[in-house]
Amino acid sequence: MSKLDKKNAAWIYEKMNDIRNFEDEVHRIFTSGEIPGFVHLYAGEEAVATGVCAHLTDADYITSTHRGHGHCIAKGCDLNGMMAEIFGKETGLCKGKGGSMHIADIDKGMLGANGMVGGGFPIAVGAGLRNKYLKTDNVVVCFFGDGAANEGTFHEGINLAAIWKLPVIFVCENNLFAEATPQSYSSASKTIAQRGIAYDIPGVSVDGMDLKEVYKTAGEAIDRARKGDGPTIIECLTYRKYGHFEGDEQKYKAKEGLEKERADLDCIQLFREEAIASKLLTKEQADGIEANSVKAIAKAIQFAQESPIPRPEALYEDVYAD
Amino acid sequence: MTRKITFMKAINEAMDQSMERDERVILLGEDIAGGATIEHLGNEGAWGGVFGVTKGLVEKYGRERVIDTPISEMGYMGAAVGAAATGLRPVPELMFNDFIGFCFDTLLAQGSKMRYMFGGKARIPLTVRTCHGAGASAAAQHSGSYYGLLGSIPGIKVVVPSNAYDAKGLLNAAIEDDNIVMFFEDKTLYGIKEEVPEEYYTVEIGKAKVKKTGTDLTIVTIGKMLYVALEVAEKLETDGVNVEVIDLVTVAPWDQETIINSVKKTGRLIIIDEANPHNNTATDISSVVADKGFDYLDGPIKCICAPNTPVPFASNLEKLYIPNADKVFDLAHELIADLKKS
Repeated sequence: MSKLDKKNAAWIYEKMNDIRNFEDEVHRIFTSGEIPGFVHLYAGEEAVATGVCAHLTDADYITSTHRGHGHCIAKGCDLNGMMAEIFGKETGLCKGKGGSMHIADIDKGMLGANGMVGGGFPIAVGAGLRNKYLKTDNVVVCFFGDGAANEGTFHEGINLAAIWKLPVIFVCENNLFAEATPQSYSSASKTIAQRGIAYDIPGVSVDGMDLKEVYKTAGEAIDRARKGDGPTIIECLTYRKYGHFEGDEQKYKAKEGLEKERADLDCIQLFREEAIASKLLTKEQADGIEANSVKAIAKAIQFAQESPIPRPEALYEDVYAD
Repeated sequence: MTRKITFMKAINEAMDQSMERDERVILLGEDIAGGATIEHLGNEGAWGGVFGVTKGLVEKYGRERVIDTPISEMGYMGAAVGAAATGLRPVPELMFNDFIGFCFDTLLAQGSKMRYMFGGKARIPLTVRTCHGAGASAAAQHSGSYYGLLGSIPGIKVVVPSNAYDAKGLLNAAIEDDNIVMFFEDKTLYGIKEEVPEEYYTVEIGKAKVKKTGTDLTIVTIGKMLYVALEVAEKLETDGVNVEVIDLVTVAPWDQETIINSVKKTGRLIIIDEANPHNNTATDISSVVADKGFDYLDGPIKCICAPNTPVPFASNLEKLYIPNADKVFDLAHELIADLKKS
């Protein structure tokens, strides 16, 4: 496993900032009415996507969720293409035909955000089967939320990955709520991690606000998978800064207790302080990354705004491959 | 090449030859080999599929390519979509098409939409084999015909072979295709024996076949309904009525040109479809022909389908359920009444 060093710390800090700025800006623009449809923002959970994807290459795959912008950015998807996609423009990563919930870039190993909660499990298993069949040491990370953990696909997907010892890492982003319903109500098991026992695979619970902890745990699980030792469940306790979707009043969020604790934590700020203290980043470097990120997102917005809408004929294209 | 093999063997041979040609082709399904991990069996299959369609393949290609899955349709069908999206050419078997509910999301919302949603970047070379059809006393949950249901989904192709020659060629074509192709096998046809070439060949997907030319009445059929139509055509021939029989072969996208050209000639159309009678392939063909071929029609289009019921178990009822020659014959007589008068 690669250690957290200056190089990947800078990469992680850049991606964390890109995700936060991207989402804050999408939030602002959505409110203005310029972005149509359903949008689910990843802000607040940056430590998970970046801490995991820091271990991956383009030849490794991920499956994502409806809250997928963060995974896309951490997996190296182009910011301009992503923003244009969310705006429904022809220059979007999916030519404007997928939108926020379906951003994908298979060349980057990004097998798609997914509008079906729990839809990613079997697809990740299939990509893992492919990796094993072709005798590669590439892995697949299946990101999912605490809500998806109660879909049948969770069971079937993880069971298959376990019996076939596939190189798939199941990363749960437990942000306490599936839409407007608490995880404590939805799941009979106290944690998602403990369900690993049922499949005889490791299940680990980590503080998803702590980048270093996510990075270390993901690194170990990914190493195991690359060596052919099979899947792992990693449950990251995290918190979404915004609602389930844009426009959600979030009446269900308490103003005290665990939720307040989580809401008060900012994983990016925490990592900045820690990285500077442990000399992985200098203050100037961190400031520079932040400033560049703001510029990159501004550029992406401009690109999206200035891009053309899809040609009418595009409606009929790409239903079937020739 | 006068070799005769069964419909089942023809399907088996297509998988065998496709696997031989392309290492990316893998098979997945419940007991398609059978006996996984049983030491005394090793690479010998216990079953070779519930009907024996995949018999002999695990012995030849090993358990890495002929993969027994747990009874876990949404898991392995979704895995097949994922493996296809990342470069393999999986051929999963859904034991009975009635089990589609368990894995519908993976086809309806995932595989069929990926290419479109992802702006044309994905290819999903996936062939799903499944069996359908009443007539085997398998009752309501193992006898339906759901090709129309799948055929209504953009991004999915659906084929329903009526004979061993087409079965082999269509399955090869499906496995070569870069899209999801649902391959429907009528379980009551497994035993029929026909001449099938030994060499590899393909049959074009999307092209209907005129099985008998005629001038007075067109009968379009799906799968084994072909044999009902041929029986009726023969009977009507003695009355001097000349029937054109078209085997649809592909349910989605179905061949509008061949059917409309036939109706141009005959002016009369009957469609026989073993599916339930509403929102099915027959009603779709009927609607398109009524629209595009209205001027050619000399009478109403008749759809002969199963009733709007599940498939019953009792043999006498099941027999009533399946469209038969008597029903078609009676309707055909109504349609050609004017012809006989003139």
